[in-house]
Amino acid sequence: MSVVPMQYGLLLAAVLFALGTLGVLMRRNIIFMLMSIEIMLNAAGLAFIAAGSRWGQADGQIMFILILALAAAEVSVGLALILQLYRRLATLDADVASRMRG
Amino acid sequence: MTAAFYVAAVVAVLATAMVITRANAVHALLYLVVSLLAVAIVFYVLGAPFAAVLEVIVYAGAIMVLFVFVIMMLNRGEQAAQQERQWLTPGIWIGPAVLSAVLLGEIIYMLWQGPASVPASAVVTPRQVGMLLFGPYLLAVELASMLLLAGLIGAYHLGRQERHAAERDIQKERAGRERETVAR
Repeated sequence: MSVVPMQYGLLLAAVLFALGTLGVLMRRNIIFMLMSIEIMLNAAGLAFIAAGSRWGQADGQIMFILILALAAAEVSVGLALILQLYRRLATLDADVASRMRG
Repeated sequence: MTAAFYVAAVVAVLATAMVITRANAVHALLYLVVSLLAVAIVFYVLGAPFAAVLEVIVYAGAIMVLFVFVIMMLNRGEQAAQQERQWLTPGIWIGPAVLSAVLLGEIIYMLWQGPASVPASAVVTPRQVGMLLFGPYLLAVELASMLLLAGLIGAYHLGRQERHAAERDIQKERAGRERETVAR
């Protein structure tokens, strides 16, 4: 039985991370930007899992669990901010909210 | 089992590319769920079954449901029914359905192959993860719990603020009406 080389796992993580970065740079809808951030966090977790499986250690999965907790906290605050933005400015355009005054 | 990895990787990349190019947020969410499920299969093939289960439950389950709730709350309402009819055309759901069918076929194939299909040499069991998590990484677990508490309080505060303002508006309105009646 052949095991998947670590390079391919890291390559997949890099491609997913690049797609997430592209999404953040490309889209101006703030919900899509948050989704792209989720993609990037997930890709970072994938890189940790691939590296952890290369040496058969559990540390990679622990880093993934911590990233998962981070993503959960980040998305809850981010979505609450999106709700506030929509209620105050009635738009989801990130450029409209570029000027923040106190 | 390397074939399962490549198929799931291609599905993940395709679905992610669809996520960042969709115009509609709900369509993008459908593809994002498929992408996360594909990454879960990648985790399983890489010998991390516990991480794969967490990916499905927490990412594809809880976090995506949060997104769905928020998108529903942002829905204007007036053209909602018309939009719903638009969303359910076959052109919309056929893409995620095909990609999910590929993943389902992969899972059935792996179950059919039995335990031999699991990369036994590199599997890291949940037991190992748990022993390490509550041993050397105990401080990190505590920090993660603090982070989650901060996220909870932050989301509560941000979600609560507006209702406060709305109550203030209602009170102001009521006070104005009372003043009007007194003046009359």
